[in-house]
Amino acid sequence: MSQTTEAVKIPDPGSERPLKMASEHLNFFYGDFEALHDVNLEFYENEVTALIGPSGCGKSTYLRCLNRMNDLIPISRVEGKILLDGDDIYAPDVDVVSLRSRIGMVFQKPNPFPKTIFENIAYGMKVNGLRKKSEIEARVEQSLLQAALWDEVKDRLDDTALGLSGGQQQRLCIARALAVEPEVLLMDEPCSALDPIATQKIEELIHQLKELYTIIIVTHNMQQAARVSDITAFFYLGKLIEIGVTDTLFTRPKLKQTEDYITGRFG
Amino acid sequence: MAVHLQKELDKIKKRILALGALVEERVHLAAKAIESKDSELCERIIRQDHDVDEMEVEIEEECLKILALHQPVAIDLRFIIAVIKINNDLERIGDQAVNIAQRVAFMATRRPYEFAFDYSTMAEKSQDMLRKSLDALVNFDLDLAFKVMTLDDEVDRLKDDAYDRIKAEIQKHPDRVGYLINMLLVSRHLERLADHATNIAEEVVYLVEGEIVRHGNF
Repeated sequence: MSQTTEAVKIPDPGSERPLKMASEHLNFFYGDFEALHDVNLEFYENEVTALIGPSGCGKSTYLRCLNRMNDLIPISRVEGKILLDGDDIYAPDVDVVSLRSRIGMVFQKPNPFPKTIFENIAYGMKVNGLRKKSEIEARVEQSLLQAALWDEVKDRLDDTALGLSGGQQQRLCIARALAVEPEVLLMDEPCSALDPIATQKIEELIHQLKELYTIIIVTHNMQQAARVSDITAFFYLGKLIEIGVTDTLFTRPKLKQTEDYITGRFG
Repeated sequence: MAVHLQKELDKIKKRILALGALVEERVHLAAKAIESKDSELCERIIRQDHDVDEMEVEIEEECLKILALHQPVAIDLRFIIAVIKINNDLERIGDQAVNIAQRVAFMATRRPYEFAFDYSTMAEKSQDMLRKSLDALVNFDLDLAFKVMTLDDEVDRLKDDAYDRIKAEIQKHPDRVGYLINMLLVSRHLERLADHATNIAEEVVYLVEGEIVRHGNF
């Protein structure tokens, strides 16, 4: 597929990974307000893409379009296409629940269910109809291992998840998202409520998880975007302004607007 | 925070330019010493080098502080990296002025010698390169930076000329080899000085363009 975005694109000569997701001419409206305007973006397998931009630029709205989370807002409307493995996720026959199990999401604030640690992870599998206890147990362990939480909670799986620290709760939420074996992981400022040590753990986790998943992360923390992502996309006033290889975007962005934002000269 | 960083960057810019001016003056004095063979002037140049060294250390510390506290990106990052390198080049240019002073001081203690290589053109060109490289830094002037790089070839040619002529003189008067080697080394120091000015120009290109143009890579 050719890149049709009007945004300035820094070429990525190293990227030969298969395309996983893409948005084509995506517009998004809250009532009459057009929150996203003609966003064309591509996400490749096993790459981390960071979406950056000032508050209200549409990056979170865009992220939530990617697993149809915005469907929950009654006055909202989407134009254009979002493709997952080439299929439009807004096609009428798409089952939103199974779509969201393919595209997992982790939110800004850790939001574990008021249940045990085990049940938090097992919940999604049960919703998806998995009944076999041994398989559920194996996947709970695997998910917690992948989320780098297993060693800390393996002896207290039946304790309430609300007793975990903020950083542990966030990793639990990541484990919960991984338990339903998604292909894409969306992260909406996953570290904004965490201290630097917990943040570092999540960042290390992102590095490991990209071997298995396609990750798209919204972050306000520019250094974090620089550290964890392969590709960075800069949004401003609902438009994709510049996209490129993270190293290049943070050392020599092409547009003055991008430079002004990442160097803190406006916002 | 951006305002705070901007203030720090402005401060660094002033200091690197102050160091540039100080080093320019040292080079000017060294060029004068070559002509006048004034040993007192040579002493002064050697004695005052620690001013340059102190300033260099201070600027580097400031740059490291900014990197640690502000984690600058894009143009701000390139500016700090360029300053760290230019700072080093300016200090080395200061050292070359001292080296020249030491050579001239040695020659001044020896009995006069009728052969002399005229270093005025080479010294002028080296100083011109230094001045232009610093102007390019002040004004983020790419054209001027590229011009400095081409001027380096002229200084290299003058150094080769000095080599040929002094070599012939050594063959004619092997008894004055110590004096002549010192005379030859002056050309070496001037040529190194011009090389450092070229480095500064290359850093200016990196600063403005984000492209590394060292090693003839332009």
